[in-house]
Amino acid sequence: MNRRDALSRVALLVGGSVIGAEAFLSGCKTATKYGESLNFTPEDIAYLNEVAETILPATDTPGAKEAKVGEFMTVIVKDCYEEKDQKTFLEGMKKLDEASTKKNGKSFMESTPQQRHDLLVDLDKEAKDYGKTKKPEDPNHYFSLIKQLTLWGYFTSEPGATKALRYVAVPGRYEGCIPYKKGDKAWAT
Amino acid sequence: MAGDTLNINNKAAANNTYDAIVVGSGISGGWAAKELCEKGLKTLVLERGRMVEHVKDYSNTSKDPWELTHHGGKTLADKSNSPIQSKCYAYNEVSGHFFVNDKENPYNQVKPFDWIRGYHVGGRSIMWGRQCYRWSDLDFEANMKDGHGVDWPIRYKDIAPWYSYVEPFVGISGSIENLPQLPDGHFMPPMEMNCIEKQVAERIKKGFADGRTMIIGRTANHTVKVGDRGPCQFRNKCHEGCPFAGYFSSNSATLPAAMKTGNMTLRPFSIVQEVIYDKDTKKAKGVRILDSETMKTEEYYAKIVFINASTLGTTHILLNSISDAFPNGLGNSSGQVGHNLMDHHYGVGATGESDDFADQYIFGRRANGVYIPRFRNINEATKQKDYVRGFGYQGGGSRGRISIEEGIGGQYKDDLTEPGKWGFGIGSWGEHLPYFENKATLNKDKKDKYGLPTLDIDCEFKENEKAMRKDMMNSAAEMLEKAGLKNISTYDSNPAPGFCIHEMGTARMGRDPKTSVLNGNNQMHEVANVFITDGSCMASSACQNPSVTYMALTARACDFAVNELKKGNI
Repeated sequence: MNRRDALSRVALLVGGSVIGAEAFLSGCKTATKYGESLNFTPEDIAYLNEVAETILPATDTPGAKEAKVGEFMTVIVKDCYEEKDQKTFLEGMKKLDEASTKKNGKSFMESTPQQRHDLLVDLDKEAKDYGKTKKPEDPNHYFSLIKQLTLWGYFTSEPGATKALRYVAVPGRYEGCIPYKKGDKAWAT
Repeated sequence: MAGDTLNINNKAAANNTYDAIVVGSGISGGWAAKELCEKGLKTLVLERGRMVEHVKDYSNTSKDPWELTHHGGKTLADKSNSPIQSKCYAYNEVSGHFFVNDKENPYNQVKPFDWIRGYHVGGRSIMWGRQCYRWSDLDFEANMKDGHGVDWPIRYKDIAPWYSYVEPFVGISGSIENLPQLPDGHFMPPMEMNCIEKQVAERIKKGFADGRTMIIGRTANHTVKVGDRGPCQFRNKCHEGCPFAGYFSSNSATLPAAMKTGNMTLRPFSIVQEVIYDKDTKKAKGVRILDSETMKTEEYYAKIVFINASTLGTTHILLNSISDAFPNGLGNSSGQVGHNLMDHHYGVGATGESDDFADQYIFGRRANGVYIPRFRNINEATKQKDYVRGFGYQGGGSRGRISIEEGIGGQYKDDLTEPGKWGFGIGSWGEHLPYFENKATLNKDKKDKYGLPTLDIDCEFKENEKAMRKDMMNSAAEMLEKAGLKNISTYDSNPAPGFCIHEMGTARMGRDPKTSVLNGNNQMHEVANVFITDGSCMASSACQNPSVTYMALTARACDFAVNELKKGNI
């Protein structure tokens, strides 16, 4: 039940989808093409790791790259996503890079950490706004999918669950009211 | 098929002869096996699915989330192979192998009906919800008083000693409450309510004059050891099978007890096609099975037969057991077999949150919640105008992780590592009346891969349930308001019948052979050595989770059957 809670909590974060087509007609001459198929390449995974790391970077706890979130995303998209979301995700991998070229004049991988951060702040807002008017039958916003997978993958990974959060595999007992002070980590499950 | 019997020589027949046969190894079949074996009967337990060995076959349940390929998530293959099963709350990456492949095990939904199944040794006792509530005379007298269905041939006093008999072996944790509509049982120490639950319980008690109360759930999770089983480790992974035997299942409890006697033969991969009826003795001679590995049929014989194949499985066997004496199915002169199918209607309730207890948290994962026993139509003062019977609530409070929609970067990540507000929610389980037209019938035109007819299931909730549902939702919100919760929202996910996994009623008990299939001892009116003690025996559904009632009825019927056998009556 806790795992399901975690999933539905992440699901709350999914907004909607799709940038207007005009936003990514420019650029497009980058050397690397991402998301060509569901047979994700090492370049795809490296790129997704950097996107995830920008969303959840290393602080005094490990970041999403150390948690191998890029690889997790590809597994879930391939094995668990419905076809419609698979398409949105693959196209989104391209759109994100095109948005980088448009905003920063270079590909996502060539951008500085600050440029990457600023880009994703824009996309985060765009996805949130899209979610406000999204109808149920509309596709999800690609960045919502990427962000949802990043959060799910990270907080259920070993570094995420045991270092960013707290995790006890076999609690052995239940206590319904124990002291909590601001800053104490949440339980992972 | 009669010719098959002739080809079996005497020695082979002797080898296939037992004192008793139990069809099914789930929660009631496990009890029948234990009781009959402990009473000294050589017992053959037939299970249609594969072997599941306690602990050894609970694969992957000790893995951490990150050790699972999909961190627990369902795959497209899960959804495509088992579109119905995979909707179940208990289905995940680890527990999925305990649910049937829907494609390979078809049935026909005349109206939407979600049939959740586990075909393996232990059946759904591995994935069950473990909530255990006694019934009271409010339930056993209901049919007689309002005229729906037929009168139960038993009352609380008949089953009470048998609840007392099974409960200590099951190992149920719970609190003593002295509520007439929800009798106390023999309980292990109750689990603890958390901060928000204690507050809500207190405020509900103060806020309502009708005596309604919120108690800790009564669950077959063991708070102390039962023999060598348990105690519960508060992992909340019960549906995956428990390596600590922290909850009751056939695999952890009844089947090992039966095995210990030396009297049990357990035969997996044995699909019972039919019960063989002997018109001369007017008794069942045994059963014919299909071995799903060899695809060969075989016959087994016994003095008594317990059918515990689960409500719809038992229905299938009865309807498929055709003879000159019973052209419409074994013991079905009443025409009631397959009819009066019930479930509980649920998936409706309310949730809210609280700003209190920001300095309090939880340790451990309690696989249990709170329970609000029925408070409608329990006396004149609580009588409702627009529906009969009633409902209870299950739910609970928790403090989950914080949810922040917008954010990117290190601060966002660190903010996400804290708990959020306390939340609280309750969902309702309502009684489903027995309607003759809610039924399962054999479809001989659509066969399964074993060449057996499939079931057509035609079941719905009607006006009484719909009227009750409104109250189920509104009362949930009203209680949460009285409890001082904020951001209260209601929901009604309107699940189809079957989805509550409490299907029952298709071979009901009753006083009159003309209108019922079983008598007050779960014995077939028309075939004295056949007993049915799974959910199909139920004459009404009440609103409590039914398993512990099946267990008590099974132990009681076994006691009766063996006494009758000793007296030479069967």
